[in-house]
Amino acid sequence: MSLLTCKDFLQELNDYLDEAAAPGLRREIEAHLAECPNCWVICDTTKKTLRIFKGTDLYPLPAEVHSRLMEALRRKMTGGEPRS
Amino acid sequence: MNPQPAPGNGADDVALVGKAQAGDPEAFAELVSRHERSIFRLARHITQNEEDAEDVLQETFLKAYEHLDEFRGDSKFYTWLVRIAVNQALMKLRKRKSDRSVSLDETFDTGEETMVREIAVWAGDPEQLYSQEELRGILASAIDSLPPVFRTVFALRDIEELSTEETAQILNLSVPAVKSRLLRARLRLREKLTRYFKRKGDDVFAYL
Repeated sequence: MSLLTCKDFLQELNDYLDEAAAPGLRREIEAHLAECPNCWVICDTTKKTLRIFKGTDLYPLPAEVHSRLMEALRRKMTGGEPRS
Repeated sequence: MNPQPAPGNGADDVALVGKAQAGDPEAFAELVSRHERSIFRLARHITQNEEDAEDVLQETFLKAYEHLDEFRGDSKFYTWLVRIAVNQALMKLRKRKSDRSVSLDETFDTGEETMVREIAVWAGDPEQLYSQEELRGILASAIDSLPPVFRTVFALRDIEELSTEETAQILNLSVPAVKSRLLRARLRLREKLTRYFKRKGDDVFAYL
């Protein structure tokens, strides 16, 4: 029987997902998840949320943005504006 | 097409930074090519706009070059860059929304009771439900709907994979403040995505 409430579980969710929860707490969380279907769903879907975001580069650097950056730096390094 | 987070430890930047500080332009160019993707992505997440993100990208590296001598190695070079970029990006936001100031201490709408509204099991392979283009649209609009401080914390911690402590340092927030903002950001995104990814036919059980 888990001593954690659903509210406690939510407070610890971050550390649990980041694998930063201490072993004792981790066991309590897992006991709670085993008996609380709602918290299990929240945990599972939050985990998937992070996985999907980490697996998708929403904003890859466009080649022309890279070129303009290098051009601006080249001007700065060789040009009139001295390093302060 | 995986994102390329900054190298987890910037330890191998140290030698390049030393060379760049001694005036080697190629060493600086190498540092740029290591970190430009991450800085651009971060700026794009915060400013929500490609033009502003490009400005922030250029300003970050130009400033870094100008102030390279002031970098003393107290933090990783990458963290130092991110700090410049975040400041530039937030400045852009403030300028754009001059009627509404953007503060990292925003405390609006943090009621815990609003944190979890919908609880529904997701389809087995949620990513497969949509085309790559549709998926990107869904993710972009979910993250864009977060208030600036939430999406900044989320981008730093969960996209660029900085530690909680580094994120706190960059944003001048306490560690507990970063943690609570990150939790709210994660739960809100979960909530937004649930609308698209929940298993069909489960609606009847979807509400507490």
